[in-house]
Amino acid sequence: MKQLDRKDLLGLEGMSAEELNLILDTAASFKEISERPIKKVPALRGRTVVNLFFEPSTRTRASFELAEKRLSADAVNISKSSSSVVKGESLRDTAENLQAMKIDAIVIRHSAAGAPHFLAKLLDAAVINAGDGAHEHPTQGLLDIFTLHEKLGDLAGRKIVIVGDITHSRVARSNIFGLVTLGANVTVCGPPTMMPVMIEKLGVTVESNLNRAVQNADAINVLRVQLERQKVNLFPSLAEYSQVYGVTKDTLARMKPEGIVMHPGPMNRGIEISQDVADGDRAVILEQVTNGVAIRMAVLYLVCEGARRETVPEEDEVRKPTEESLAQPRRNVV
Amino acid sequence: MGLVAKSTIMDADQIRRAVKRISHEITERNRGLNGLVVVGIRRRGVYLARRIAGYLATIENTVVPVGALDITLYRDDFQLASSSPIVGKTEINEDITNKIIILVDDVLYTGRTVRAALDQLIDFGRPRQIQLAVLVDRGHREFPIKADYVGKNVPTAPGEQVDVRLSEIDDRDEVILGEMES
Repeated sequence: MKQLDRKDLLGLEGMSAEELNLILDTAASFKEISERPIKKVPALRGRTVVNLFFEPSTRTRASFELAEKRLSADAVNISKSSSSVVKGESLRDTAENLQAMKIDAIVIRHSAAGAPHFLAKLLDAAVINAGDGAHEHPTQGLLDIFTLHEKLGDLAGRKIVIVGDITHSRVARSNIFGLVTLGANVTVCGPPTMMPVMIEKLGVTVESNLNRAVQNADAINVLRVQLERQKVNLFPSLAEYSQVYGVTKDTLARMKPEGIVMHPGPMNRGIEISQDVADGDRAVILEQVTNGVAIRMAVLYLVCEGARRETVPEEDEVRKPTEESLAQPRRNVV
Repeated sequence: MGLVAKSTIMDADQIRRAVKRISHEITERNRGLNGLVVVGIRRRGVYLARRIAGYLATIENTVVPVGALDITLYRDDFQLASSSPIVGKTEINEDITNKIIILVDDVLYTGRTVRAALDQLIDFGRPRQIQLAVLVDRGHREFPIKADYVGKNVPTAPGEQVDVRLSEIDDRDEVILGEMES
């Protein structure tokens, strides 16, 4: 597979192993660009990408913006508080106005699941989901998988444990879809109040006891306790959560000796992950951040190509005009 | 649509002799290997670069660093091609500032690939000099670019295709002149 036959990246659900591997391979090539003295290639020169963030973000937003700039695209940032959304403009109007300014891609984060899908249908521009509600966060899933792949090699048969609030986690969902497609054995672990019913249907094992879950694990992905999404109390107290589901040195001892610890950030140190584990040599948390830029560069490059192909005829058509097309004034094809 | 072979331009022996001669010319022109870095353009240029570095090592008893360039992201036909090739890895582990770069590719044709490679190299630093070595120069340049070391000059027609096969990735060493069958 040489190209992505889609103009959007909305989620990892339904993506084939081939597509996932294309993105991972492309990211491996892009990673080197960030190590150069001049961290820029002309691949997306002249393209415009809008980062439309309706929810707060440090990592994802900076990561997308750096990825865009390192590909020479022009980036425009819009956040909810500084936009006309506060005047009551709808998502549809906002997006159509942006498209009227001839943009090439939109990166969107929204609290409503499905918001990126809505835009993808509405717009010709490429749409990349940077997190939609509790649904998916595909670039985070991809960068987690990329990091796992770098550390563990082939993921088929590897045991990956995801710990925390599975119900509210878009990171968990994207990880599950991608990892299961690549043949990994995924175990999800968390309090029953944070475990969606029928989650096994996605092809994962459910284990509510952390110590049993991490037995012989190759990697553990620790989710953040999302205090802002907690409308009802899903656990008695933070202290108790930390006691039962916090990842500590003892947890690591039960994993495979070379097993790694990941966290999508931002970390609540001392709650879901202990201080010494977060800073320890088994943690690859900052490497995930480094890889995030490479993954986002790969995704931007591939979807911008996909969006362009939808509007440009096949090479043969361009090169071999028919008599009919010759009779008519030449269309500007590019 | 496939390639119909018309004639063999170079066989394995001729390729070996040409690459060896180019290696000698490199040491002669640069009076040794001081400050030299050999950089191949993906994909076949990289294997030729490694072969040249191998000969240089035996001739001068010095190991020269070898790098690889993937020029996909620097192509000027990026907007035209209907399918983009897979982006390969670029590996320049040396600081190339003030070095002499021997840029290596298999076939020199329009010069557009070399133009892209020059742009990319300059993003890595400011080399003292860049010299170009190619196995086959088939003419029809569209840019003012000239090779410093040429394995073989081959007059061709624009519709023809020059196919370089190297044993590292193909079944044997061979350069073939063919025509695209429509």
